[in-house]
Amino acid sequence: MKKWTALGRAVAVVAIFLCSAVARGENADVCAVPGYLLFGDSALDRVHAEAHKDNELRIVVLGGTSSILPGPDGASFAYPARLEEALTKRLPGVKVKVTALTKPRQSAKEMVKSIDQLLLDQKPSLVIWQTGTYDAVRGTDPEDFRASVAEGVEKLQAGGADVVLVNMQYSPRTESIVAVGAYADAIRWVSREREVPVFDRLAIMRHWYDNGQFDLYKATKDLQMAKSVHDCLGRALAATIIDAARLQDREGGSAPK
Amino acid sequence: MTSVVQSPVIHAPAVPAAAVAGGRDLRLDLFRGLALWLIFLDHVPNNILAWFTIRNYGFSDATEIFIFISGYTAAFVYGRAMVSRGFIVAGARILRRAWQIYVAHVFLFAIYIAEIAYVASSFENPLYVEEMNALDFLKTPDVTIIQALLLKFKPANMDVLPLYIVLLIMFPAMLWLLLRNATVALSLSVGLYVLAWEFGWNFPSWPNGHWYFNPLAWQLLFVFGAWCALGGATRLAPALRSPIVVWVAIAYLLAAFGVTLTWYFPRIAFLVPHRIGEWMYPIDKTNLDVLRFAHFLALAALTVHFIPRTWPLLQSKWLRPAILCGQHSLEIFCLGVFLAFAAHFVMIELFGGTAMQVFISICGICIMVGTAWVISWYKRMEVRGSGTPKRPPDADLAGGEA
Repeated sequence: MKKWTALGRAVAVVAIFLCSAVARGENADVCAVPGYLLFGDSALDRVHAEAHKDNELRIVVLGGTSSILPGPDGASFAYPARLEEALTKRLPGVKVKVTALTKPRQSAKEMVKSIDQLLLDQKPSLVIWQTGTYDAVRGTDPEDFRASVAEGVEKLQAGGADVVLVNMQYSPRTESIVAVGAYADAIRWVSREREVPVFDRLAIMRHWYDNGQFDLYKATKDLQMAKSVHDCLGRALAATIIDAARLQDREGGSAPK
Repeated sequence: MTSVVQSPVIHAPAVPAAAVAGGRDLRLDLFRGLALWLIFLDHVPNNILAWFTIRNYGFSDATEIFIFISGYTAAFVYGRAMVSRGFIVAGARILRRAWQIYVAHVFLFAIYIAEIAYVASSFENPLYVEEMNALDFLKTPDVTIIQALLLKFKPANMDVLPLYIVLLIMFPAMLWLLLRNATVALSLSVGLYVLAWEFGWNFPSWPNGHWYFNPLAWQLLFVFGAWCALGGATRLAPALRSPIVVWVAIAYLLAAFGVTLTWYFPRIAFLVPHRIGEWMYPIDKTNLDVLRFAHFLALAALTVHFIPRTWPLLQSKWLRPAILCGQHSLEIFCLGVFLAFAAHFVMIELFGGTAMQVFISICGICIMVGTAWVISWYKRMEVRGSGTPKRPPDADLAGGEA
């Protein structure tokens, strides 16, 4: 029964998206993302339980350079910090803490090694694992990459944490240099296998670009657009988490459909 | 790129009957031409028209079509040469072809480096610090260029030609065996495919990893194409006429379409039961997953079933552009890779919106067709200019290239 209501919702979302596509460009919210890109079928049970029982969420973002922004106050504008703010706003009464553990030039395999320590130090309810970019850049064997991601997710789940996987950024300038497709597929396959949600940053940012919300081709030293993109990413990620954890939020009473 | 492409010199038909029956099959040129267009559309970054390409509707994509037909035509063209002129001559011709492709690949690499160097010098955006690591290889040209010449460093979208080179290098021996005992040859090919899967054999890449298209796996498709050309198609014909095969193929294609749909709409992912997903994923492109191979077979079976060799439309002017492209596949493939780079460049410099994507895609295909037409014209002219007509009158149809 539940499955079929999910199908109904999916059809509704697609229908809404198709209708809104007709009226494209009239959307006021620069962060707007169609629901089918945000909401999946996998649940975040631990997040659900802890938000209800302890009124507390400890979230860790494990990622590479694309999870932070350069500059002295870059961290406060990057999506982990924006996520913390978005969740705090949308889940009144729940204490949300997002810790970003980012290191440059780390392959998925290297990140897996840090997971044990992470679980021990942070005891997270949820680990948001952003990976794939550096592997794509280095040309890791996609199959090896998939195996590493699967191993990491397994470790995190065994350690009691919920997991959300975050894939690559959409980067039009480097599209013919870095082939990210195989790595995005690998992440999707692990997510299917281990039943964890994927935050499809690639498709979401591409949607923003296609819709004219952000000009991601632009060459600039200015941080302004990067900050806005990260703010939107943080909010979109919050929507994904609230939906997957089946939480009630302030806007609209229940998770957005 | 090469301007002179060998067409087969056709002598008395001492060839196995199947190999010469009825000149060139225009369906091959048509679908290879279409495959070349689809590969181009897929290679243009973020192309809205890429939604029309078959990879979004099932497991296999245009690469399978291209490699299969290339195997088919290679056997068709060089098979005759091997029968009439012997192993050495045909083998030498095949290797010459491999060399031409190598040269074409290096030429494309030079263009690629030019584009990348430009992007590296002009691009800055704090959002993409991590992606910029991809340009590190420009700092060590000594290593990069040598690795590229060794076919170990292969930039994005430049994986098909190296695969083709290896397939052709393996081909003289395979063709020899195919002409003697096609069943043994095909079994050997299947065996190599199985072993490559079993032991994870593949060629190394630089800076790490393996070839994106594993030649030891993809050879199966190439050899299968060759096998079909040398009599296999005739053997399969009764099966392809059977309605059961048609319905199985249709069912499989629909199932694959359904599965593919769940990739784009995670909400309906539950429609693929967990256990089936576990068995099915990942669908490996590198090693030509069996599901991909089967998907291609289903497509091919339906195509052969519903489009006969004598299909009148094959002679119509509407399909002529695709057929022309298919008949000059190496040149048009390389051109397509170049055009995809050029398209990316235009999108960086001007803008990359939907209108531009459509415009660039249409222009690209027009350029491909125009070039194929010029090459055809040039070849016809050369044949006429050389005085003695070396080829039979239907050279254009029977010839084309491997």
